[in-house]
Amino acid sequence: MTVKLQVNGVEHAVDVDPDMPLLWVLRDVLNLTGTKYGCGQALCGACAVHLDGQVVRSCVTPVQRAEGRAVTTIEGLSADGSHPLQRAWVALGVPQCGYCQAGQIMTAAALLAGKPKPTDDEIDRSMAGNICRCGTYPRIRAAIRKAAGIADD
Amino acid sequence: MTEGSGGERTTPAGDSREAAASPLGPLKISRRSVLAAMNVGLGGLALGLYRRCAPAAAAGGAGLEPNVWLHIAVDGTVTYLCHRSEMGQGVRSSLFALVADELGADLARVQVGQADGDKKYGNQNTDGSSSVRGKAFEDLRRVGATAREMLVAAAAQRWRVKPETCTTRDHQVVHVPTGRAVGFGDLVEQAAKLPVPKADDVKLRPRNELRHLGGDLPLIDAPAFVTGRATYGADVRVPGTLVAVIARPPVVGGRPLRYDESKALAVAGVKKVVAMPTAKPPYGFQPWGGVAVIAENTWAAMRGRAALDITWDSGSDGTYDSEAFERELAASVDAPGTPVRNVGDVDGAFGKAARVMEAEYHVPHLGHLPMEPIAVTARNVDGRWEIWAPTQNPQTARSIAAATLGVAEDQVTVHVTFLGGAFGRKSKADFIAEVVLLARAAGAPVRLQWTREDDVQHDYVNAVSTQRLRAGLDAQGKITAWLHRTAFPPIGSTFGPVDRPSADDLQQGVLDLALDVPNVRAEACAARSHTRVGWYRSVYNIFHGFAIGSFVDEIAVARGQDARDTWLEFIGPPRPLGLAELGVERLRNYGASLDEHPVDPGRLAKVIQRVTELARWSERKKEGRALGLAAHRSFLSYAACVVAVVADARRGVRVDEAWLVLDAGTIVNADRVRANLQGAVVMGISNALFGGITWKAGAVEQSNFHDARVARIGDVPRKMHVEFVPSELPPCGVGEPGVVPVAPAIANAVFALTGKRIRELPIARAFGV
Repeated sequence: MTVKLQVNGVEHAVDVDPDMPLLWVLRDVLNLTGTKYGCGQALCGACAVHLDGQVVRSCVTPVQRAEGRAVTTIEGLSADGSHPLQRAWVALGVPQCGYCQAGQIMTAAALLAGKPKPTDDEIDRSMAGNICRCGTYPRIRAAIRKAAGIADD
Repeated sequence: MTEGSGGERTTPAGDSREAAASPLGPLKISRRSVLAAMNVGLGGLALGLYRRCAPAAAAGGAGLEPNVWLHIAVDGTVTYLCHRSEMGQGVRSSLFALVADELGADLARVQVGQADGDKKYGNQNTDGSSSVRGKAFEDLRRVGATAREMLVAAAAQRWRVKPETCTTRDHQVVHVPTGRAVGFGDLVEQAAKLPVPKADDVKLRPRNELRHLGGDLPLIDAPAFVTGRATYGADVRVPGTLVAVIARPPVVGGRPLRYDESKALAVAGVKKVVAMPTAKPPYGFQPWGGVAVIAENTWAAMRGRAALDITWDSGSDGTYDSEAFERELAASVDAPGTPVRNVGDVDGAFGKAARVMEAEYHVPHLGHLPMEPIAVTARNVDGRWEIWAPTQNPQTARSIAAATLGVAEDQVTVHVTFLGGAFGRKSKADFIAEVVLLARAAGAPVRLQWTREDDVQHDYVNAVSTQRLRAGLDAQGKITAWLHRTAFPPIGSTFGPVDRPSADDLQQGVLDLALDVPNVRAEACAARSHTRVGWYRSVYNIFHGFAIGSFVDEIAVARGQDARDTWLEFIGPPRPLGLAELGVERLRNYGASLDEHPVDPGRLAKVIQRVTELARWSERKKEGRALGLAAHRSFLSYAACVVAVVADARRGVRVDEAWLVLDAGTIVNADRVRANLQGAVVMGISNALFGGITWKAGAVEQSNFHDARVARIGDVPRKMHVEFVPSELPPCGVGEPGVVPVAPAIANAVFALTGKRIRELPIARAFGV
């Protein structure tokens, strides 16, 4: 079956099993490999992308749910890595292995889009679904605050 | 490319792939940022992979290539090949700076490539916190110093001056008396004609000339990480690749009795079903066995696998049961084991003791759970094999691939991708053996994708262990006798018939424990393995450090004394401890000499003092905060941790604040060391609160992050303070030692908060959450 969707502003028509998770359409069909597989069960957040601006877990989102909608992946968050979160992530040296960071940044981007100055509790709540096994959480918090222009305590 | 570098950087000749549109492109990070390149690019691919930059290829032969790691092009661009794997420790952002400092290069004009697996690079096994310490430190510097001497010799020839009157800085050779200077690029052709000095003749710079040593160096791969352009195992795209997943038997050594190949083949996109060989003990790096499904894409392969409808035979380890094994370990430490450390007369001292304390500690198997489940690609073109792997050990990957295929090693190339976390898991080559078998069976390039369930259930877990500690105290409360029995199935059991830890295993926190006690004995007790045991960040130190760190606290409580004071008394005054003082015949000492790296209680005392000072230990205790302290030597480093815990409705307890101090001797990259220490606190929290892979009927009970839990952001304190000791001592390990004291510090803080003594991990179980 052909599913039409827009990814990072580009229209695509993909001929796939409509149940195929969006994650595998992005990675295997469209070769957009910035979005990562981590658990396949919406438990870790590595696969987070935006669907019409809302964060979804692409590993459990059948591609047919994206039909006619706008998908944004890490590759489309900014043209050149200049999103304030990307800049803050680089400036504070957030990543260690880096694997979860696309999902972390996409989740944080949706948070800031809805809440430009989140509280610490709001940051923790929004990021609770994103696991980082290297343990970059302290710097993730700091980078979100920096991108949001929140002064350090 | 980077701010301030103007048009100096050009694409190496002969490389048509998007150097100018490097992933770092317009993202300006700092003047000192460098161009990072990962050696996983393939010609003709649609994706923006990193260009390949093997030195010789990069410059079409022109330029100076004094050794296998380094190339200097005629435009002055320095290319350094990192031969260790990047798995989050920041090794690519650290090693190159040492090389550049010795060379006198401008960091902004150094690009970092990734070496393939090849013995010519020396040891590439990225484990044991060993990339900087030991011989590595000088070897790395010699890489740069060799090139420096050749450039200096060329300039000295040109100027007709003595080489000793020249030096290098800012990418130039400078004649010191006159201030004359010439750029590296202008000297390259001349220097390339000179003989390469012998390694032993190369002089290293005095330490104060290593400009960046110990500084906060930029994370060179950060721009790639935050834009999704870093290439991990699953991101390699080779034309015509099929994707495989494997249904592995739940029990190691098991095999499928029957399965329905036709059902899998009926799934759209499935191409082939392949029976994997059955693994036989010792399991080593053999594939785990099972049935593979090869398909056009990952989803089809997964659906095909689900359709196989397999009935399994369990083999000989189908009865492995973690609860029963815990009782076995307890029985094992109940009896005397093989003595491995002996000082004084322990039995006599216990006979005379006014008080004897004893406690038993249990730590379950721990899983690695890197965020990147294994994914690896192999292809065969006319008998030559190419593998792209997130491997910590590309040389072993190469030899295992060659042995599995029955081809010569020189027919196999192993490219190293970024590793999405590893923690020891990806030093094993089982997945390499799997993927080459599948690529051969498919007759096409194959990318093998492990699912998270595969990762949780077919790991090389950290050993499960039980520790029994007994201390004799005299009438004044002074510790006069110390007995440590340790039982765990060691990693050796994965490779041969081994049924108890060896003396070398017990270097990790038992033999090298500094203690000021006149009578000491340590014993290795029997434990047979029923699964694949392997290295996991900090390895056996995790349970030795947990047991000792908890028991010292128990002694402090029993004596009514402060834990810090007890620790300092327990380890005694600063003094170098050799074999005789430790009471051991030999100490592996992480491959280092005891002369250079003695066991030094003075260094342990210093990190204890510093961490308690940072935490305002005494004041906070008076304020009623529930604090815990622990300290441990591992990988030649000394680490001490204090945590504060609070009650938490959902978790039972939560770590509210943490302090961690590490003495790792000389530090290369301060920012990455701090990042590692933050990560160590988080991993310590995971180990302590949630860790534990358990078996029932031979199979792992957990399957994914809902039951194989790791710390999430809310489990991690908002106030975390990490620090390293400024030092000019030789470099020691960084990646692992910080993890060890965290779990016992948490357990001790839990006691301070609740009066509940934790002797078994995970702590969450004690609180029923």
